[in-house]
Amino acid sequence: MSENGKIILLHTGLIALLLALNFILPAYHHGNIARVMVLASYAIGYNILLGYTGLLSLGHALFFAAGMYGMGLSIRHLGFSPAPALMMGIAAGALVSVAIGALALRTSGVAFMIVTLMFAQAGYLTILLFGKWTRGDEGFVIQQAERILWGIDLSDANNRYLAALVLFALCLFAALWLVRHPVGRVFVAIRENEERAQLLGYNVFLYKLAAVVASGTISAAAGASYGLLFGYAGATFATVQYSIFPLLWVLLGGMGTVIGPFLGAVFMFYLIDLSSGITNAYMLIAGVALVLLTLFAPQGIGGEFRRRVWGWLP
Amino acid sequence: MDFGPYLMLATLEGAVLAAVLALMASGLSLVFGVMRVVNVAHGELYMLGAVFAWWVTSFVGGGPAVAFVAALIIAPLIVGALAVLADITILKRLEYDPERTIVATIGLLYIMQQVTLMTYGADARPVVPPFNTRLAIPWLEWADGGLQVFWPWGLSITSYKLFVIVAAVVVLLGIRLMMTRSRIGLLMRASQLDSETAQAFGIPVERIYALVFGIGAALAALAGVLIVPIQQAHYLMGGDALLLSFIVVIIGGLGSLGGTIVAALLIGLSDGIISVFFSPTLAKIIATILVALVLVFRPQGLFGGRAR
Amino acid sequence: MTMILSTRGLSRDFGGLQAVREVDFELPTGEIRALIGPNGAGKTTFVSMLIGRIPPSSGSVHFCGQDISALAAHKRVAAGIAYTFQITSVFSRLSLTENVALAARRRLGHDKAAVQAEVLAALTRVGLADRIDQIAGDLSYGHQRLLEIAMGLAQQPRLLILDEPTQGLAENEIAQFKDLIRSLLPETTILLIEHNMSVVMELADQVTVLNFGQILAEGTPAEIHQNADVQAAYLGTG
Repeated sequence: MSENGKIILLHTGLIALLLALNFILPAYHHGNIARVMVLASYAIGYNILLGYTGLLSLGHALFFAAGMYGMGLSIRHLGFSPAPALMMGIAAGALVSVAIGALALRTSGVAFMIVTLMFAQAGYLTILLFGKWTRGDEGFVIQQAERILWGIDLSDANNRYLAALVLFALCLFAALWLVRHPVGRVFVAIRENEERAQLLGYNVFLYKLAAVVASGTISAAAGASYGLLFGYAGATFATVQYSIFPLLWVLLGGMGTVIGPFLGAVFMFYLIDLSSGITNAYMLIAGVALVLLTLFAPQGIGGEFRRRVWGWLP
Repeated sequence: MDFGPYLMLATLEGAVLAAVLALMASGLSLVFGVMRVVNVAHGELYMLGAVFAWWVTSFVGGGPAVAFVAALIIAPLIVGALAVLADITILKRLEYDPERTIVATIGLLYIMQQVTLMTYGADARPVVPPFNTRLAIPWLEWADGGLQVFWPWGLSITSYKLFVIVAAVVVLLGIRLMMTRSRIGLLMRASQLDSETAQAFGIPVERIYALVFGIGAALAALAGVLIVPIQQAHYLMGGDALLLSFIVVIIGGLGSLGGTIVAALLIGLSDGIISVFFSPTLAKIIATILVALVLVFRPQGLFGGRAR
Repeated sequence: MTMILSTRGLSRDFGGLQAVREVDFELPTGEIRALIGPNGAGKTTFVSMLIGRIPPSSGSVHFCGQDISALAAHKRVAAGIAYTFQITSVFSRLSLTENVALAARRRLGHDKAAVQAEVLAALTRVGLADRIDQIAGDLSYGHQRLLEIAMGLAQQPRLLILDEPTQGLAENEIAQFKDLIRSLLPETTILLIEHNMSVVMELADQVTVLNFGQILAEGTPAEIHQNADVQAAYLGTG
């Protein structure tokens, strides 16, 4: 089979498997996997920047939250229905990522990490500052009646699972398309050797900005969907922790692989889920995982697969 | 209270914050300056300093003064030793790659924070200051055609807070002397300029790095011990402290000790003064954005020269 | 004769050290020009200013009659200047195909067939066609140099600047390289920084000698070979 065929087969196979799981999973795991698919979409967005362009952001919670609040606030205060509210969320994320990208990309390396961290922190504090509208840390619930998209009640577990699957499939194939597209190849060239890419005639600033915007917009789409599917928006999703999570998922699953973010999100979700039964200090698992990954497996699960078994993994 | 004395009070409170901040940030700055890595777990080392201060003072008898002196010595030593251990087992193996080190120290941040949560718990606990006399401060004003001394109500500072300021100044002077006058300081500066050449000249760069990481951590812990009689020890106290230290180090120019101290004064004093006029959240937002912009447009800091 | 490239008073100092001083340089279209000089003469600094990796302290650079001094590096490349690095700078974790495709794609856009044809053509010309699926980092140093040149060719530049291209090449590869460079004329003008004097003598139409950041001499290889100043500079007695 051609490489192209294998790539299509693997990724559609994953979507088919997740669709099949919809009918057999017990309720508890059914809910979990729905959540994981939305979080994995967030990680796919993050991976475009980290894995394919080589830029490590510590502020992606800002984009996730921009999507969530862009959607949530327009339902709560502007009386939007879900479809335009989703669009508002995605547009908010795109707008914020253009602004942050244009500023932060003037720096690189460690400075880029710190600048993104600080902008995200400013974003989080802004949500608290306007507590009158956002209800701050406490957040607000999006009522069942406000979550009916084209006649489909998204608060119903089955619909929610399928909606999450649609989102995940869209993000997965969008990422697959992008990284094999000439533009995505330039992202990789920038990751590998930025100066060389520039001296091949590519405007690396614009390409990096495009990567930030693509990454931020997908993250925002995930944030908006999360709020809509699970009926809640809160400032927790804008904290540093939610910037660290996608980093963790991507590192674990494998930077620069399309399927890696999903593997990382599933694995980490269940690790934390299991440990939270034992202790309330469940973030300990995240800390240990981060240290062990940087020490022993910087390529993550997907990277190891690519190295050992499937050299063609995109 | 009149505006004058009020400003004076805010300035004094700011000076206490500036002192603690200068200690903590110079630890971060020292590590970045010599090793070129950013320690994101620095805030947790500060928190550990505060928590260990509580442990030590609650187990050592002989009155608050003895217990506190014990904490001042023991807590930074333990935290410094932990940091040296982390350097040898983790950072060294990452070859101090800047980005991977940040990821690893984020991991360490959660490990320290969560282990503290599991052992020390989620409560905030106080430490009794070794001495705490209230000292009234005089105010001068023109009245009846002459300069008159009077004692505005509420304008006072505690002896402990004065001690914090003095202690910070002494420690920072000590660090400066160590860097400029001692042999170990010379070795540190040599490793800072060019680690490969330093290594080639037989300087034990790896051991210097471990030591620097330990000293940086001990400074954070010391700041934590000093603050805990004023603020209580809590497992989440590291986050804000880390953010403030970042702000100070960035404004002061990454890796410059002198700039760091000037910036700590600036931030400490202005935080006291700003929060008098603004809601603290707004002040924090403005400060965070301004600092991010400094890093974008003037990465050498506000006080640094053009040199790299 | 039209000049494809010229500089006026081009200078660069690094904190007091004048690496390049007031260089007026002219390169006619269709020529092979060699740029030589002792180590530290400012050759790499000079060409880095041509391509825009380093901004000049003063002076200007003109390409095809246009002042390009203010253009960013990528725009100069888009205008038709290609540059190969002195220290090999290929994408070492990507395949040879992808390396060259990245060079070709900026010009050919999304036309997959055209890119593929260009990749194969460029790699064939440098003699690496049998290795197209290898990872660039696995190549020998000499082969990486050839890959660099292939990346330059795939851009079909009007001016190709080669910074010490024969360093690390075997004798037979150097012979191939000479043939290859000659075959690029007259569409492509060549500016070559070179230490290997036999390559300079055989290949160059004209030679420019740089010493202490200034042009010491200019002329045919034979003239330069006879020039007493140049000999003195190389022997270190000048």
